[in-house]
Amino acid sequence: MWQTRGDRQRSTIGLLGLTLMLLLGLGGGGGKRLTAAEPLRYIVEERRSGYTYLSEENQRLQDDEFGNPGLLWAEQGQELWRRVEGTAAQSCMRCHGDAAASMRGVRTRYPRFDPQWGKLINLEQQINRCRAERMQALPYPYESEALLALTTFVSLQSRGLPIDVRIDGPAQPYFEAGKAFFFQRRGQLDLACAHCHDHYAGQRLRGDVLSQGQINGFPLYRHTWQTQGSTHRMFEWCNTSVRAEPYPYGADEYVNLELYMAWRGRGLPVETPAVRR
Amino acid sequence: MAELRIRIPRQARKGEVIEIKTLILHPMETGRRRDVQGQLIPRHIIHTFTCTYNDTQVFRADWHPAVAANPYLTFYTVATESGRLRFEWIDDDGTVYTTEAEITVE
Repeated sequence: MWQTRGDRQRSTIGLLGLTLMLLLGLGGGGGKRLTAAEPLRYIVEERRSGYTYLSEENQRLQDDEFGNPGLLWAEQGQELWRRVEGTAAQSCMRCHGDAAASMRGVRTRYPRFDPQWGKLINLEQQINRCRAERMQALPYPYESEALLALTTFVSLQSRGLPIDVRIDGPAQPYFEAGKAFFFQRRGQLDLACAHCHDHYAGQRLRGDVLSQGQINGFPLYRHTWQTQGSTHRMFEWCNTSVRAEPYPYGADEYVNLELYMAWRGRGLPVETPAVRR
Repeated sequence: MAELRIRIPRQARKGEVIEIKTLILHPMETGRRRDVQGQLIPRHIIHTFTCTYNDTQVFRADWHPAVAANPYLTFYTVATESGRLRFEWIDDDGTVYTTEAEITVE
């Protein structure tokens, strides 16, 4: 745990090799395709997944086809995918069929601009929109177990594919707003996201190593929470940590930030369900 | 509804030491935390886990409030004969979550 920066960088390189072996060794286990045919690229140019800042044990837990706790949510999500609900007697599956085919790559494109709503929309909101409009069912509350489960299941179908959001055209003003949010000082500590995650990534904040704050693994299992959590829960946690008043889950400010953050980690693979401290 | 997972080998040689992995979705609420109103959140944990192999208990664990949420347990036993392993998690509220698995021993 207590090692210098140089040590950590060296061990990270070693760990990538170890991960490669784990990925190869675990091939063919179980029905869940947690591990892609090729090892994930956790570093793309100067962009580094939070995975590269993890301890060896947590990396192993994330790669474990059995032990990764996020898979419990993915399994629940698979059940919800099939479940018929609402007055229209529809389920996700009745429209979308096999998620492995229809949902492949979906996670990489969100948040995206929605012409009908005339604003930016993230994956959680898209799921709830489908429920309301297509299934005539009640939307799941944000951060409910059900919404986390379904978002995790849908995201898992894009595992290993590079994040590729659109920031041009109608999405551009939202992207700019999200970017401004990232660089805006806030809270009693007067810190912007950029202070920790751009300038000091890789360095220590007391007992923790600061990551780049990449969001390619969400929804993810965070040990601090002992549960699965969404990107917006993480934003809320970060805002509260700098003693700023957080925005509510699903707020436009957070969806805009999500777009900027996704673009900032463009090319990083979808890691859902990731494991983080 | 409890979400749980187990993994055991389907086949083993007689006398072989087999690895068993279990994972269950559970909050494991300690009973010592307080909510935003300052009220204690009642304790809610799984206090006992057992594994029986053809009606013989081969593993048992008493769990306490310090066990993390969603307990992940790995343990070992010796493959003695073909048959059925039964797993039980006993909740504070009296619920017993169970699952079974078959193993063939040659």
